Amino acid sequence: MIDGFVALYIFMLAAFTGHEIIARVPVILHTPLMSGSNFVHGIVLVGAMIALGHATTPFGIGLGFVAVLLGAGNAAGGYVVTERMLEMFKPSGGKPGDKA
Amino acid sequence: MSWLPTLVQACYFLAALLFILGLKRMSSPRTARGGIVWAGVGMLVAVLATFALPDMHNRGLILAAVLVGVAAAWWSGRRVAMTAMPQMVALYNGMGGGAAAGIGAAELVAQVQRTAVAVPDTSPLRPESWALDAVHQVAQLTPVALGLGVLGALIGAVSFSGSLVAFAKLQGWMDRRFVFPGQRVVNLLVLLLAVLHGVMLVTGHLTVPVIAAFFVLSLLFGLLMTLPIGGADMPVVISLYNAFTGLAVAFEGYVLGNEAMIIAGMVVGAAGTLLTQLMAKAMNRSLGNVLFGSFGAAAGGAAQEIAGAQKPIDAADAAVMMAYAERVAIVPGYGMAVAQAQHKVWEFAKLLIERGVKVKFAIHPVAGRMPGHMNVLLAEAGVPYDLIEDMDDINPEFPNTDVVLVIGANDVVNPMAKTDPTSPIYGMPILDVAAAKHVIVVKRGKGTGFAGIENALFYADNTRMLYGDGQAAAGQLVSELKALDA
Repeated sequence: MIDGFVALYIFMLAAFTGHEIIARVPVILHTPLMSGSNFVHGIVLVGAMIALGHATTPFGIGLGFVAVLLGAGNAAGGYVVTERMLEMFKPSGGKPGDKA
Repeated sequence: MSWLPTLVQACYFLAALLFILGLKRMSSPRTARGGIVWAGVGMLVAVLATFALPDMHNRGLILAAVLVGVAAAWWSGRRVAMTAMPQMVALYNGMGGGAAAGIGAAELVAQVQRTAVAVPDTSPLRPESWALDAVHQVAQLTPVALGLGVLGALIGAVSFSGSLVAFAKLQGWMDRRFVFPGQRVVNLLVLLLAVLHGVMLVTGHLTVPVIAAFFVLSLLFGLLMTLPIGGADMPVVISLYNAFTGLAVAFEGYVLGNEAMIIAGMVVGAAGTLLTQLMAKAMNRSLGNVLFGSFGAAAGGAAQEIAGAQKPIDAADAAVMMAYAERVAIVPGYGMAVAQAQHKVWEFAKLLIERGVKVKFAIHPVAGRMPGHMNVLLAEAGVPYDLIEDMDDINPEFPNTDVVLVIGANDVVNPMAKTDPTSPIYGMPILDVAAAKHVIVVKRGKGTGFAGIENALFYADNTRMLYGDGQAAAGQLVSELKALDA
């Protein structure tokens, strides 16, 4: 278990990180970014796996199973639609995926 | 095997790092594609590491559920049309919220069992359950963990049922809005009851019936909260639920002692909140107004009477008008995308460009169903993004524009947003197309648009209406334009 104040620091720093990442995003990327952040909280799959892995009662196992199903859907679906959207962004004139 | 937990922790650390770097890359058009791949690698690492956790049971079941969930979502995500993207995001987001609520429920029920086992010190203890608790490292959840777990479950459940309603609405499975008298009071009451049950769970009334009631009330609140919200506002709501799910994941991450979940969830929670505010701002409305304003309910009552009539034009005249214009601006809306007309429209624009006409695409921040959605749809049709102009850049150019072609857009070009204080969209920034010399509006019929609001632009002296389905109208324009040269 994480110590209370350490957790508080993690919460705070992560919140600032999220805020900073989004702060200067052009409008054209709002939809892909919403989809991308939707994918990132698919990490809930890991928690669902742990919950199912620790379940001992039939009810707990059933609940965990559904949670893993939903979490896997969140992660995989979020990835696919984000990737499909970003695939179509071509820089004007240049090759896709050009690096500066 | 003492190195194994350390390795798993290192994997979680790597995953958190990749999520943050991936999101950072996604915030610039040049690096965006790589960003999702980085985040994807992070997810893969985290999931594989979790399989390797030492004290895991039901590994077969976990694998089965992961495979089924991934396969179903992958399949649906691959084949869904780009226009349906917003509701798919809502659906996947709801699943994440549901998973977070599920984790919360599992932890609460497990806590009940642990309490039941721990209290009677003389009764025959089941040794295997004690052993399990020992490896689970928490015999009892601390009050803080219990509180955050309950809060995360509440938020996750609201996000789950709310996102499913949003999905159903955008998919067209559900009537646009569902309103009844005293709705706000009922909603508030349901929320208060849900919170009350949550407080009971934390303050020593941790029993299965209270847990069940808590979840029913939370799910019900998500449902009731989303039902009265109109389709036009749905993107803001989806973005809000996206942030909700992030927070729920972070809180459940604390309960499980999983730092990767805390960091990823919190980053999304903060980013999603900011994104929601940006969207609401683009529509010139506060978040409270979106959630509790019952959008569109006032329309029709004291609305201004519009003088004049809609004046039709046929495709041949419209094509000629644009062919001999110097500057043409195309304003695409969601109606164009629904009609799958973006390819035809781009074909038409290319023909105009070949004739030497300067063509621009003007995009309102909330064109489509989400900010940036229209850019995605135009990108899909192959429109290079240097022809696409944002509202602030193109508005000063409209007075110098000869013809504006409005196709499938309605509210974002409605001048009543500036002139009629009783209009529900009053104050929303719009594309100033009425300032152009001529406006041609492609529209299916004479009715009002998505939000059900009358549009003064359609009655203006310099506006002509080209009635028809977006796809058919764009096709006609293309063939009329080709006929000019033949």
